[in-house]
Amino acid sequence: MQFDPFTIPFDIGLYFILIYAVVRCVRWFMDLSRPDKLRLQRGFFGRAFGQSIREIFMESLIHRKILKSNPRLGYMHMSLAFGWFLLILFGTIEADIFGESHLNAPYKAIFFKFFNPEHGSTGFEAFFAFLMDLILAFILSGLFLAVLKRFSSKVVGMKKTTRLKPLDKIALTSLWLIFPSRLLAESFTSGTYGTGSFLTGSLGSWLASFLPAEQLAYPFWWLYSLALGVFFILLPLTRYMHIPTELFLIFARNSGIRTGDQTGSYSEIQTYSCSSCGICIDACQLNFSAGITNIQSAYLLKGIRNNDNVNDIAQNCLLCGRCDKKCPVGIELTPIRMIRRRIGETEKEKTTVLKRYLPDRKNIVPVKSNDKQVYNFLPAVESEKTDILFFAGCMTHLNPAIKNSMIKILNASGVKYKFLDEKGGVCCGRPLMLSGQDKEARELINYNSKLIWKSGAHTLVTSCPICYKVFKESYYLDVEVLHHTQFIKMLIEDGSLKLNFLRKRVVYHSPCELGRGSGVYDEPKDVLKHVARLEKTDFEDDNSLCCGGSLANMKLSFRQKSKIAHDAAAELTKGNPDILATACPLCKKTFSSATETHVADISEIVAEAISLVQIKRNSGKKYFSIKESADIL
Amino acid sequence: MVDFGFSLLKARQINYDHNDRSIAGYIYEREPSFRLCIECGGCSATCTTGNFTRFSLREINILIKRGENEEVRHEIRKCMLCGKCTLVCPRGVNTRNVITLAKEAFQKRGINAI
Amino acid sequence: MHSMDKSIIVIGAGTAGMEAAGQLAKEGFNVTLVEKEQDTGGHVKSWFHLFPDRRDSKEVLAYLNTQICRENITLLTGTTVNNLEKKHDSFVMNTSDGNELKADAVVVTTGFDLFRSERKEEYGYGIYDNVITSADLETMFRKGEVKRANGEIPEKIGIVHCVGSRDEKSGNLYCSKLCCVTAVKQAIELKEMIPAAKIFCFYMDIRMGGALYEEMYREAQENYEINFIRGKVSEISEDINNKLIAKVEDTLVGRPLKIGLDMMVLMAGMEMSETGRKIALSSGLKTGDNRFFSPADHHFGSNKSNLSGVFYAGTCTAPMNITDTISHARAVVSDVIDYLKGKSN
Repeated sequence: MQFDPFTIPFDIGLYFILIYAVVRCVRWFMDLSRPDKLRLQRGFFGRAFGQSIREIFMESLIHRKILKSNPRLGYMHMSLAFGWFLLILFGTIEADIFGESHLNAPYKAIFFKFFNPEHGSTGFEAFFAFLMDLILAFILSGLFLAVLKRFSSKVVGMKKTTRLKPLDKIALTSLWLIFPSRLLAESFTSGTYGTGSFLTGSLGSWLASFLPAEQLAYPFWWLYSLALGVFFILLPLTRYMHIPTELFLIFARNSGIRTGDQTGSYSEIQTYSCSSCGICIDACQLNFSAGITNIQSAYLLKGIRNNDNVNDIAQNCLLCGRCDKKCPVGIELTPIRMIRRRIGETEKEKTTVLKRYLPDRKNIVPVKSNDKQVYNFLPAVESEKTDILFFAGCMTHLNPAIKNSMIKILNASGVKYKFLDEKGGVCCGRPLMLSGQDKEARELINYNSKLIWKSGAHTLVTSCPICYKVFKESYYLDVEVLHHTQFIKMLIEDGSLKLNFLRKRVVYHSPCELGRGSGVYDEPKDVLKHVARLEKTDFEDDNSLCCGGSLANMKLSFRQKSKIAHDAAAELTKGNPDILATACPLCKKTFSSATETHVADISEIVAEAISLVQIKRNSGKKYFSIKESADIL
Repeated sequence: MVDFGFSLLKARQINYDHNDRSIAGYIYEREPSFRLCIECGGCSATCTTGNFTRFSLREINILIKRGENEEVRHEIRKCMLCGKCTLVCPRGVNTRNVITLAKEAFQKRGINAI
Repeated sequence: MHSMDKSIIVIGAGTAGMEAAGQLAKEGFNVTLVEKEQDTGGHVKSWFHLFPDRRDSKEVLAYLNTQICRENITLLTGTTVNNLEKKHDSFVMNTSDGNELKADAVVVTTGFDLFRSERKEEYGYGIYDNVITSADLETMFRKGEVKRANGEIPEKIGIVHCVGSRDEKSGNLYCSKLCCVTAVKQAIELKEMIPAAKIFCFYMDIRMGGALYEEMYREAQENYEINFIRGKVSEISEDINNKLIAKVEDTLVGRPLKIGLDMMVLMAGMEMSETGRKIALSSGLKTGDNRFFSPADHHFGSNKSNLSGVFYAGTCTAPMNITDTISHARAVVSDVIDYLKGKSN
C-alpha cells in the first residue's frame, strides 16, 4: 500500500474535524426544543431536503448572494469554496480511476501527485491533469484576492473588513499556505518527472531548471499536509467554523426553525455560521454615515462566540434591518440582537481551550425583573363602540399635519370611526420592547388591547409603523390591523375616496418598521402612484435607508442621528423631487430638519388630493372646518 | 429638647454636600448630553406618562443632579420610553438614554428602581 | 486718496445697507446700493412699532431714506447679486438683470431671514389658522385690527418665545436676542388694542439685555397684566371649537399645564438670509456654525471678512437690534476708508 509519514498531519486533522463536526451537530440537535427537533427530522427526510441541498450548492459553494451584491467579493468566496470542493471531487475521481485501487483513503486523493508522480502524460490522464491544474488556478486566483483584501479591502469593493484574533491569524495563515504549498509541491514533483499540465508542469520545469526539484518536493508535501492539518484542528476555534455550521443551519432553516425570542441551539448555530464576510458592515449606516465601526452584526456575533459582554454592541443599533436582509448566510441578525437586549449586561467568562472546543450549552435567562406592576396608574379602560378605530400614535401627535390629514381622509370617505388616542393615548409598547423590556411592554400591550376589544371595532388603523408592527406581531387582537397607507388604498379601491391627480414629482422613503420590519412595501407606493408621479430612488424596498431617527437606538447622539438623516435625505432627493414622501411620523420629523426638500407623509398628499365633490358630499361632519374647503377652492 | 427648626428644615433642604450625586456622575460619563438640560420642561409637557400621573422628566433630571435619589427611584420606572421628549428637546438631550442609564445606575448599586 | 475715484457696492438696502451707503456717500465715495426687492427698507418696513420706545417704524424708514438721498448713490432695486469675485484689486459681481458691477470694495448687508415657523410642525403654523408669527402680528397691528381667522376678536392670546432659536432640532443653537423684547412689546400692544384680552408669554429664559428692555418687562407686568409662564410649549393642538390647546410644563410649579387659547403668536427667530448664503457659497466668504457670516475678529474686526476688501454690517453677522445695526453700519465706514487708503498708498 502506498503510504508516507508526511500524510499523518492531514489524516489527524481530517478525522478530528469530521468527528468534531458530528459531535457538535449531535449536541446542537439535542439542544433544540422538542418541536424544533421534530421540524428538523421532518425537514431532513422530507421535501426540504432537496431545497437544502440546492441551497448548500448555491450559497455555500457558489455564494450566489455575495456574487450578486459584490461580484469581486463573491468571486473570492466562490473560488475558495467551490474550487476546493471541485478539487476534492475531481481529485477523488482521479484517484479512483488512475490510482492504486478503487475507494481510496482520502489522503491518496489529496496527495495523488505524490504517489503517482508520472501520471498525466498521455491522453485521458493529461486531460485530468489539465482539469486539476485549472481548478487549482481558479482557487489561487481567489486566494490572491483574499490576500489583497487583508491588506486593502478596497480591492474587493468592500470598505471595511473584520478584525482578527491571534488564533484566527494562525488559521488564516495555514489556510493561505494550503494552496500555494500544493502548487509548489506538485510543481516540484512534476518538474522532476517532466509531467504536469499548464500550471504545475510549466512552473515545475521552470523551477527545475535552476533548483534541485527532487530534493525540494518532499518538504513542500510536508508543508501542504501540515497546513491542512493545522487548519482543520484550529477550525473550531476560528471563524472558519462557519463552513460546517452553515450546512447544519441551512437544513434547520429549511425545516422551518426560527430564532424566537430566547437564546437556544438555533441562535447558537447562527452565531457560528457567520463567515465575517463583512457585508453587514458595508450595509450599515452607522458605519458609512456616522463612522461607528465596532457594533455591526459581524462584531456582535463574534462577541457572542467569545462570551464577551456584548450589551453595548447590542444596544447601539438602529435595528433598521438592512444587514439582516443582506446577510448572504441568512442569519436572523435582528432577532439575535433583540435577544441580547433582553439579556442585558453579562459577565465576561474565562474560557479554556477545551471549553472553546465544546462550549457550555446554556440558555441565558434574562435577569428577573421586579414583579411589581409599573403602569398601575393608568385609568380604568373605557371605550366607545365603533367599527373602525384610528390610533394616531405618540409620534403622530407631534406631526399635526398627519393627524389632520387622516381626520380629513376618514371624514371624506364617510366611514364610521373613533379616534382612540385623540387626547393622547398610552404608548403601544414597542419602544420598551426595542430596549429589551418585554415585561413592561406587556403591561401597555394589555392595557391597549382591552381598549381595543371593548370598542368592538373590526379594523384598527394606525399612522405609525412602530405601533403597526407591535399591533400586528405582539397584540393578540381579533381585529384587522392596517397601516393608514393600506387603509387609504382600500378606500381608493372600493371607491369611497375620490382623489385628484397632483402634478408633483414624489420619491418614497420606506420606513424601516413598515418595510423591512413588516413587509409593507407596495401599498404606500400604490397610493402615491394614484395621486402623484412616483419616481424611483437608488434605495427601494429591502434596500431602503433608515432615516436615523429610529427609537431602537438610544446610544446615538443627536448629531450622529442628524448626520445619518442628512446623508439619507441627500441620497433620496438626488433627483430634486417636489416631495420626499414617507409613511412614518418619526421619519417625517427626522427628515424635515435634514433637507430643504418638502417632506410629507402620504396621508398629507392624499388629503391634498381629495376632490372637492367628495368634500361637499360629506361636509358638515365633525372636524370639518371652513378652512379646509377654502384651501381647496 | 427637640430642635424643631432644624428637623423641619432638614426635610426641605437639599443637603448638597451630603447628598450622593454619583448617579448623576454615572449618567454624565455615558451620556454627556445630560449636562445640556436647561430645565425648559418641554419633555414634561409632551410626556405620555405625564398625561396620566405625576411624572416629570425635567424634575427627575434636576433631582438626580442634586443627589435627591430617593424621590427619583420611585418615579423613574413610570416612563414608557415613547420618545416624544427626545423629539421636542431643544438642547438635543438624549432623554431616553438618561432614563435608561439612571435605572441602570440604581440597579448596579443594588437599589431597584421601584 | 480721492474718495471720488473709488466705488463701493453695498449689497442689501435694509437698515444696515442704507445707513452704510449713506455714510460712505457722505465721505465722497461712489456707492451702488443693490436691493433684491422693489423697495428699500428691508424688514423694518413690515414692522409696526419698535422697542424699546415704541417709536413708529416709519420714522426709522424716513430717516434711512434721507440717508440714501445723495447724488453719489446709485440705487438698483429688484436686483439680485448672483456671485462675488475678486479680480486683482477690484470686485466683480454679476446681477440678476445680466449686468456686471465693479467696485473697489464691497459691503455685505444681506441681513437675516425670519425662521420659517412651519418647520416647527408641532406648533401648527400653517395648519391651525390662529397660530401666527410675530411678523404676522406686526402686519395686523399695521392694519389696525387683530382678529382670529373667523373674524372674532381674540380674548386669550399666547406668545411662544424662542421659536427656531436656541433649538437644536431647528438647527439653530444661538439666541436671536430680540424675540424676548419683541414678545413683551407685542404683548403690551395687544393689551392696548384689546384691553379685555388675557395674554400669556411662554418662555424658557427671558433675556432683556438691551437698554430699557428690562424696564419694559416690568411695565408689562405692572401696567398691562401680562402673564409669564416659564416652560417651553411642547405642542399645540386644536379642539372641535377651533380653540387652540397648548401643552407646556409650568416648570416653576413643577406641573404640566394645559391652556386653551384663541390665538398663539410664535416669536420666530432670525437666520442667515438665503441671499447671504448664496453669496457666501460663490465668494468663499466664511460662515460660522450658526450659518451667519463670521467676522474676522469678534472684538476688533466685527466688520471685516476673511477677504480683504469685503466688509459686513448688521444682521448678516449675528442677530442685532436696529440701534446696534446702525452703529455697526457706521463703523464699517472707518474700515472701508482704512482699506482703500492702504491700497492707494
